[in-house]
Amino acid sequence: MAAVTLAGKQFEVDEDGFMLDVAQWTPEVAIGLAKSEGIDALTDDHWKVINYLRGYYQKFNVAPPVRMVCKETGFSLKRIYELFSTGPAKGACKLAGLPKPTGCI
Amino acid sequence: MEIPQLHPDACVGVQAHRAKKELLAPLGLSPELPPDWREKALCKFDELLKQRRSLSLYLDICVRCGACADKCPFFLGTGDPKNMPVARAELLRKVYRRHFTVAGKVAGSLAAGEELTDTVLQEWFTYFYQCSECRRCAVFCPFGVDTAEITMAAREVMASIGVAPKYVTEVIKKAHETGNNIGIPEAAWIDSCRFLEEELKEQTGLDIKVPVNQAGAEVLLVPPSADVFVNTDTMMGYARFFHAAGITWTTSSYASEAANFGMFLNYDQLKKVNRRMLDAAGQLGVKRLVMGECGHAWRAAQAFMDTLNGPVDFLEPPCPEHILELAARYIRAGRLKLNKSANDGLTVTYHDPCNLARAGGLLEEPREILHAVVNDFREMPADTIREKTFCCGAGAGLLTDELMPTRMKGAKPRMEAFRTTGATHLAVPCAICKAQFPVAFKHYGVDAQVVGVMDLLGKAIVL
Repeated sequence: MAAVTLAGKQFEVDEDGFMLDVAQWTPEVAIGLAKSEGIDALTDDHWKVINYLRGYYQKFNVAPPVRMVCKETGFSLKRIYELFSTGPAKGACKLAGLPKPTGCI
Repeated sequence: MEIPQLHPDACVGVQAHRAKKELLAPLGLSPELPPDWREKALCKFDELLKQRRSLSLYLDICVRCGACADKCPFFLGTGDPKNMPVARAELLRKVYRRHFTVAGKVAGSLAAGEELTDTVLQEWFTYFYQCSECRRCAVFCPFGVDTAEITMAAREVMASIGVAPKYVTEVIKKAHETGNNIGIPEAAWIDSCRFLEEELKEQTGLDIKVPVNQAGAEVLLVPPSADVFVNTDTMMGYARFFHAAGITWTTSSYASEAANFGMFLNYDQLKKVNRRMLDAAGQLGVKRLVMGECGHAWRAAQAFMDTLNGPVDFLEPPCPEHILELAARYIRAGRLKLNKSANDGLTVTYHDPCNLARAGGLLEEPREILHAVVNDFREMPADTIREKTFCCGAGAGLLTDELMPTRMKGAKPRMEAFRTTGATHLAVPCAICKAQFPVAFKHYGVDAQVVGVMDLLGKAIVL
């Protein structure tokens, strides 16, 4: 497995750069991973999405439906793609420390 | 479409991530490449040849006429000669000749036979995962050779020695653990369906149900889980339809996935994944089984279910029925009130998913529905639709990021056909296609949107 060093600490990630252990996530991890998604600095809007994803994952052990992310954050899908260019199920989940969603998506 | 210049080995570097033991072992596969992998692979190959007469027939009867060569979207898109169906099949055929024909056993390479070497195994893993089992080549083969069956056999041989993609095996493992490919646990499935009921209430003011585990419902609908996770307009389209048609229905949190990635790995998993929906139907006591908008799910259920898990005599025919067949039946009978103008402003064309059209015979029903609910519907060129449809470029386990170069090249013929229509919306009843096309639109600079057939029907139904 590949490893990345973020905020002076090593984390194991999968082939696509998603964290293997959700429990190891800290806000510094999101800040450290942001560059890999082409994000210079995380804004309040980024954090709103990241925090929502994490809260849902802690409750249900899966990422939330995309429509729910939009509804609960108040952002349009277009806005979410502006924030995370690879979208809610990829870039946003990666920064939130969630496993990469798989399936027909 | 223009025949491309040849680019030998253009795709040789594009390979799926390999599954490791934590994904292989739970599926009953060799957790790593065993030291005697050649013997084991040939043993599996022998088993498949004995089990499937069609396989040895397809390996024997090809005369290399080349009719299939320029029919494959992956050859047309990549120009890699090994993506010509005849050449891709040759990768398996040459090993077949060496080990399973008299000439090959006696004369070896003089009979154009070849040993199963590391290099050959690498070629198999590359090129049999650049085939989407779309079967367009088979339409044009004068002998009816089904190259997808050759791909399926090669993948099954590889899986038996622990050579399989991470993507496909991870998805199957999740289907066993949670009932669906995305890994949505029961509590989240219920929560998501409640959420969609609230959305429907906001949109219509009506109490339209998205039921879960409702025993005694008439219909068990098995959608691709992507309809709950991302293609939610399709899920709400089903709900609007069942509400308007007055049919009681339910989803199942145990079988919350229409897709069957077993088809992309081996028959053992194809059978096990399919079994779940029958068990769910039995437990819930439904009368009928209806499949949602997923291409290969339809083939797996319609063509394989009865053979692998049948006879399915406890459900009423037609079993399974596709949601588009059911909806078209209700439209034909005049049992739905429709308002076409709800979709005005949209110029719609239709993409036939390979496994619905070529493999599953669903050619007229989607068109009947679209004609009934859209004023501006137009077709793509005749040699790119119906049984001659082009794959989206991501079927059969290719819908994973590391295969993106192949996926985008494989989408080229479909994108070129789409451009000729001037459509603003591409209607497509398949979750894989729905995930692939937005990426392909972006890649090819096409300004259009993807939509499900049931999305458009749902909007046009007068509730």
